[in-house]
Amino acid sequence: MRNNNIGLWFVAPAFIAIVVFFFGPALAALIISFTDFDIYALADLKNLRFVGFKNYIELLQTPLFWKALSNTLFFVFVGGPLSMAASLGAAILLNSQAAKFKNLARTIFFAPVVTTLVATALVFKYLLHTKYGFLNFALSKFGIDPIDWLGDPKWAMPAIVLFVVWKSFGYNMVIFIAALQNVSSDLSDAAKIDGANAWQRFLNVTLPAIGPSILLVSIMTMTGFFQLFAEPYVMTQGGPAEQTVTVLYMMYEQGFKWWNLGNASAVAFVLFLFMLLMTIIQTKFASKQGVS
Amino acid sequence: MRIKPQNIALNAFIFILAIIVAFPLFWMLSVSFMAAGEASTFPPPLLPKQTQTSAYHELFSSSGLWKYLFNSIFLAICATILSLTFNVTAGYAFAKLKFKGREAMFQTLLAAMVVPAQVGMMPLFLLLKTFGLVNTYAGALVPWIASVFGIFMVRQFAQSIPDEMLEAARMDGANEWQIFTKLIVPNLMPVMVTLGLFTFLGSWNDFMWPLIIMTDSNSYTLPVALAVLSREHVQDSEMMMAGAVITVLPVLILFIALQRFYMRGLLASSVKG
Repeated sequence: MRNNNIGLWFVAPAFIAIVVFFFGPALAALIISFTDFDIYALADLKNLRFVGFKNYIELLQTPLFWKALSNTLFFVFVGGPLSMAASLGAAILLNSQAAKFKNLARTIFFAPVVTTLVATALVFKYLLHTKYGFLNFALSKFGIDPIDWLGDPKWAMPAIVLFVVWKSFGYNMVIFIAALQNVSSDLSDAAKIDGANAWQRFLNVTLPAIGPSILLVSIMTMTGFFQLFAEPYVMTQGGPAEQTVTVLYMMYEQGFKWWNLGNASAVAFVLFLFMLLMTIIQTKFASKQGVS
Repeated sequence: MRIKPQNIALNAFIFILAIIVAFPLFWMLSVSFMAAGEASTFPPPLLPKQTQTSAYHELFSSSGLWKYLFNSIFLAICATILSLTFNVTAGYAFAKLKFKGREAMFQTLLAAMVVPAQVGMMPLFLLLKTFGLVNTYAGALVPWIASVFGIFMVRQFAQSIPDEMLEAARMDGANEWQIFTKLIVPNLMPVMVTLGLFTFLGSWNDFMWPLIIMTDSNSYTLPVALAVLSREHVQDSEMMMAGAVITVLPVLILFIALQRFYMRGLLASSVKG
């Protein structure tokens, strides 16, 4: 390597773009969250005032925020693990030696990941239709009465979870397949000789070996799932009875529908804090378990 | 060779799963070729009684779909070019060139990974509004210029280029820019295909930012147009499925054609940790 500063010229354009269009706005959002930036300030900045923590305090007193938070947490803690379990299950299936047409199956399982979210959310909206939807038709074959998936407050979020699991499990599946391929078969064979059954071998040999991948996947998945927005926007518009309003959905409505940018920025930072907390807890937990 | 019954069961299970996973996409395609209103009957039909393209005609003639298709294609291509230009130069320099502040800059970028993009969206919108960039292609492209993810991906790949190769070129009197364009770029081709593919798909599928910045119906991208149209045309499932097919098909074909590069990028970004 040569020690001149020509490299700075190579890095500068990208670095400046990221500072101006990412760091700058993120910092500005923090400042705006302490102001009463609204539609009047949008028209004339003279109407802008610092209000300290008022936005945050008011947010904590807004019932819709708690609703949005609990909806989001439900999605993260029910949808996230379900999606990862589906990924791991599919990876184990495709990793077994007896499986045929592995590449074709992998491509099919992965295809939903690259499809456009808005388009496939729309497909599911019709598949979940109470009267003409295929899911209820299939369930009726098992004697299950029609469910108003997207119209019943009880079912709307589970329906979105169903869609997101379908859409996303292929991504983590590919990571798990790669991890499983790196697990040495020696240990598993030794355990087999010692009389361990398949479940015991999975629990005591395979699972610890792919621990780091599971940690990485769970951090990526959980932080990703906090950002639920387009699915409720397309499928339910936050309804029914606000059961699918998420934190990000609330930020969008506050910010770009009502132009309460001060409020919306406070929502954004609360979301950020939750995601950060999540990552820290998982990393701490993992290092305690000896995974790094 | 003896076939074990549990192996048959395993493959049958995978087969059924594959059918379930593929079903929504198959159904989308099938309904898009049905006559208006045909999908809204009971029991729900699997295949069109008579294959027809009326839903597509309706979609293109009444909703200005050509415009949205053009916007989506144009933005995805521009985003790809921007991302390749900015991220490849930066990623290479972080891997192979020494300069003042390299570590500090790299650590700064690392910190950016934990901040979700949505946090800065409101101020970014205000910034672009000040410069009159709302409802412009430039405004929609701003988040795609450079990305920490892209820089990391290129950096990781570029680290495998041997230093001796660069030294030899310098001995021959090549300057740094010549080395980059003549020597490095050809060597980085595989990672450039991967990054280009990720960017193209990312821009094509993006929803929240275009929804915010493209407020005029003339500047909608396909996903935004689809979301807006679906609110007006709830009953027209055939037409909406035709729109979904047009939105999904290009990226699905692109992915299948370049699958190898896509998977490599996915795995490279996941082992980095």
